[in-house]
Amino acid sequence: MTSTLLNEFTAHALHDMLIKGEISSLDIVQAVYRRIDEVEPEIRAFVTLTRDEALRQAMDADERIRRGEDVGPLTGIPVALKDNLCTRGIRTTCSSKILENFIPPYSATVVERLERCGAVIIGKTNLDEFAMGSSTENSGFFTTRNPWDLSRVPGGSSGGSAAAVAADETIVALGSDTGGSIRQPASYCGVVGLKPTYGTVSRYGLVAFASSLDQIGPLTKDVRDCAIVMNAIAGYDPCDSTSVDRQYPDYTTFLVPEVKGLRFGIPREYFGKGLDADVRSAIDNAIKTFEEMGAIPVEVSLPHSEYALATYYLVAPAEASSNLARYDGVKYGYRAQGQPDSVTMTRRTRREGFGAEVKRRIMLGTYALSSGYYDAYYLKALKVRTLLVRDFEAAFEKCDFILSPTSPTVAFKIGEKIDDPLSMYLTDIYTITANLVAVPGISIPCGFGRDEMPVGLQLLGKHFDEGTIIRAAYAFEQATGGAGIRPGLKGRRPESKCGDRGNDGNGGRGSVGGGTCYE
Amino acid sequence: MSSNLSGSSDLIGSGNLSGSGNLRSSINTSARESEGHREYEEYEVIIGLEVHAELLTDSKIFCGCSTKFGAAPNSHVCPICLGMPGVLPVVNRKAVEFAIRTGLALNCEIAEFSKFDRKNYFYPDLPKNYQISQYDLPLCRNGYIDIPADTSVLSGGPDDSPGGRPGEKGSCTGAGIQAGRGPVRRIRIKRVHLEEEAGKSIHEGQNIVESSFSLEDYNRAGIPLMEIVSEPDIRSPREAYVYLSTLRAILQYIGVSDCKMEEGSLRCDANISVRPRGSTRYGAQTELKNLNSFRAVEKGLAFEAARQIDALRRGERVVRETRHWDEARGITVPMRSKEEAHDYRYFPEPDLVPMVIEREWVERIREELPELPGARKERLMKEYGLPEYDAGLITESRAMADFFEACARNYRDPKIVSNWVMGELSRLLNESGKDISEVPVTPGGLADMLKLIDEGVISGKIAKAVFEEMFSTGKAAREIVKEKGLVQIADEGQLLNIIDQVIAENPGPVADVAAGKDKAITFLVGQVMRKTQGRANPQLATRLLRERLQEGR
Repeated sequence: MTSTLLNEFTAHALHDMLIKGEISSLDIVQAVYRRIDEVEPEIRAFVTLTRDEALRQAMDADERIRRGEDVGPLTGIPVALKDNLCTRGIRTTCSSKILENFIPPYSATVVERLERCGAVIIGKTNLDEFAMGSSTENSGFFTTRNPWDLSRVPGGSSGGSAAAVAADETIVALGSDTGGSIRQPASYCGVVGLKPTYGTVSRYGLVAFASSLDQIGPLTKDVRDCAIVMNAIAGYDPCDSTSVDRQYPDYTTFLVPEVKGLRFGIPREYFGKGLDADVRSAIDNAIKTFEEMGAIPVEVSLPHSEYALATYYLVAPAEASSNLARYDGVKYGYRAQGQPDSVTMTRRTRREGFGAEVKRRIMLGTYALSSGYYDAYYLKALKVRTLLVRDFEAAFEKCDFILSPTSPTVAFKIGEKIDDPLSMYLTDIYTITANLVAVPGISIPCGFGRDEMPVGLQLLGKHFDEGTIIRAAYAFEQATGGAGIRPGLKGRRPESKCGDRGNDGNGGRGSVGGGTCYE
Repeated sequence: MSSNLSGSSDLIGSGNLSGSGNLRSSINTSARESEGHREYEEYEVIIGLEVHAELLTDSKIFCGCSTKFGAAPNSHVCPICLGMPGVLPVVNRKAVEFAIRTGLALNCEIAEFSKFDRKNYFYPDLPKNYQISQYDLPLCRNGYIDIPADTSVLSGGPDDSPGGRPGEKGSCTGAGIQAGRGPVRRIRIKRVHLEEEAGKSIHEGQNIVESSFSLEDYNRAGIPLMEIVSEPDIRSPREAYVYLSTLRAILQYIGVSDCKMEEGSLRCDANISVRPRGSTRYGAQTELKNLNSFRAVEKGLAFEAARQIDALRRGERVVRETRHWDEARGITVPMRSKEEAHDYRYFPEPDLVPMVIEREWVERIREELPELPGARKERLMKEYGLPEYDAGLITESRAMADFFEACARNYRDPKIVSNWVMGELSRLLNESGKDISEVPVTPGGLADMLKLIDEGVISGKIAKAVFEEMFSTGKAAREIVKEKGLVQIADEGQLLNIIDQVIAENPGPVADVAAGKDKAITFLVGQVMRKTQGRANPQLATRLLRERLQEGR
């Protein structure tokens, strides 16, 4: 206990201590903010911190625990929220200048659910503006840095949430995933990230990027925490017509280290050109681990994979062009001042309020929906989407889940891809299809690649079968100790006592002490 | 409407439109329009109407906000109808039901599978800068309503078959509502779809571009709106008027909309083109906006028809454009194209799942449909022996027809009830600008008053004053009569005194009567009525007067 700070623990470990009365929620929250004060100037994971309110919520949680009333696994546990999740009374910016001072009078359904559980909201995390990007470099405010190497991106768009979890600036976090925005940063930051089946988690209060693809999901330090957060956020919501009214399981019941006889599909299209050798070798090791555990590898084919990226970049921008039309300076958010009339005002507001990538996608989407182009682009994309769904249906006849890398590379350097949108888009090549076909996907750490950067393993499941991928992920984590290593903030200021940790890259168990070097 | 039109034909029988059905206003309202008449002999006018009707649901289409009219600006709003970030729509089931009910009343096919789409355009009163509407899969399509055709534009050629289905003329047989009473035109309904209302803009200047500021009221944003699109089957401005009033009556009957054009709960855009009679190709059409009343629809279209015909006659081309009806000047003018040129970039609304409309639900809605105006008109004629004109007028409004029936059930002569309903009651309603539901007078009250006339307690003339009082206070007729001492003088002795005075005071007319000028007797009775403040029983007064004059001879 003495060598490990409270902010470094998992939610379930903290819960055990809370229940026993060994610690208080206030202790945890204070530890989290101490860590934030210490490393945030360099990580820059948060857009807004909610310290006062968090301390109040922590005391409420402690009261709840003291009375033994309605205490759940997230009672008193710090949660960071991606800043595209609306929070009543707390500004919600989407990391965009156009919403820089927007304070919603309502909370997202997931936020309400977490608050009902007694979770403590500690702040709002940075993202690529309106979740459009893979590195947080498109944030309208600043770029978040990867806790494993401060010269690298944390991935995106949920880069702030992933970095905050990895750097122990929070215990758990929520992100949103439209084309890989939870899984890719989870992979780059060495944490666990799950994108649920479309319709599992209410989108009410999630500021829409691409409505038919967006899903909210957890970013956590281990698979158990992931299941715990899923229990809190999954469920039908009458306020979201696309949320599915069905029985959702207790996801912690899938936390069994047993995959014997499970068939895992290896899509041959995901192991071709563009996949870095270091990532490939980490994934090959993971495949071996699964085989050793008694799971059965099956080669599967997803023949339309090569069209997924193009399909995504028609569907998502088309929806975005419409979703983002509401930011016109009329009702809320940024307004260009001193304009002669409302038409000019709206035009200038959008010109000044949106960043380059957002404008690029609005233009792409507007074009794809324009009369004369709709059939050739948008409609065709919908048809390819159907073909992709069939690919997965066929593959899932042969296997129980699909295994692949989360991203073809480890985290890249800040500035490396920002001027080359296409190469940036390619970092989501393995994650994007899950959104198009609505299946769940989890990314878990599976060792290290080049420059000791973490590699993520992606497991994709059948619709609403989060259970199987949670089970497989848990078994893998138990076998490898995946979540054990803490990042070292390589490249930190010279006064940092942190040196190279010399980990062997596949995650020696129990070296939680990595974080203690900041004490 | 019509239940028995053989061969689904359009023009049936012959006859003249005037005085039939619910056509109250004269066609010749201006020189321009009457001029148009001659022109209709050479040219055919093709009109299609797009009608928007706000639905009478309690809450908005995608959120729980109230739809009540007239609240303080921006008081019936929430994050959803304001289009704030992250909010999502949820469809109001009642709005879907109302659209289906409308579809059934308009003889439409009800979709088994329907969905919403986004119509994208920027305007400050559109909170999301897209409107949730329906594009390719509307809830209802392929319906029709039948209206009496405007016979002044019929030349009898096959082209008069609306909807481009020449040669389907049939003759009317059986008990269709128009049976033997004039030709019917079938106006096909292309589609009925559901969408959300926008808010209301008030521009400081002439329009959005020239204003230094605009004010926005979002109370209206999100009120369920139904768009009813007709095929280009309407052949004259008069028919457009009739179609519109028929449609309004149906919507009011089935309780889906109050159709108040002055409050904007019913709006109408019109597409109009003209072509030489005999041609089968459509001419270039213009779209008319700012048609803010039924009269404006007719007048605007009449102007536009004449304008287009003039242009063709002069050898000019009609330009396809949107035109604005300038009510004050009585002309149409081209609208600024800057506000118009739109590519709406429709695509399926991803925040709403497609709707599967269960047949059991549709059938349930069909069973619950009330009697429609056409059928009711027919029944009033049959059951109460009303002339077609009366039945047509009374059934234009469901409330009026309800009032009539409730009263007629309690009174011996339905025609007298009908006269009062169409006469005094309508007049007072028009003058007060009120709806029948807003005034205290009851059908039973009217019946009781009519009985007082029968009993000779009050005269018909006094009854009008009594009814006016009933209209505004709701008091019983008997009470009013008693309070104001309006009881009819039926006492012969009392009346004879007055008659003697009148004879004494009017030697001239008395002499005229003696000279055989019988008209003078009316004058003398009038004098008796005056002296009694109308309380004399007129029949009795006339008889006594004649007797007295004969005696005096």
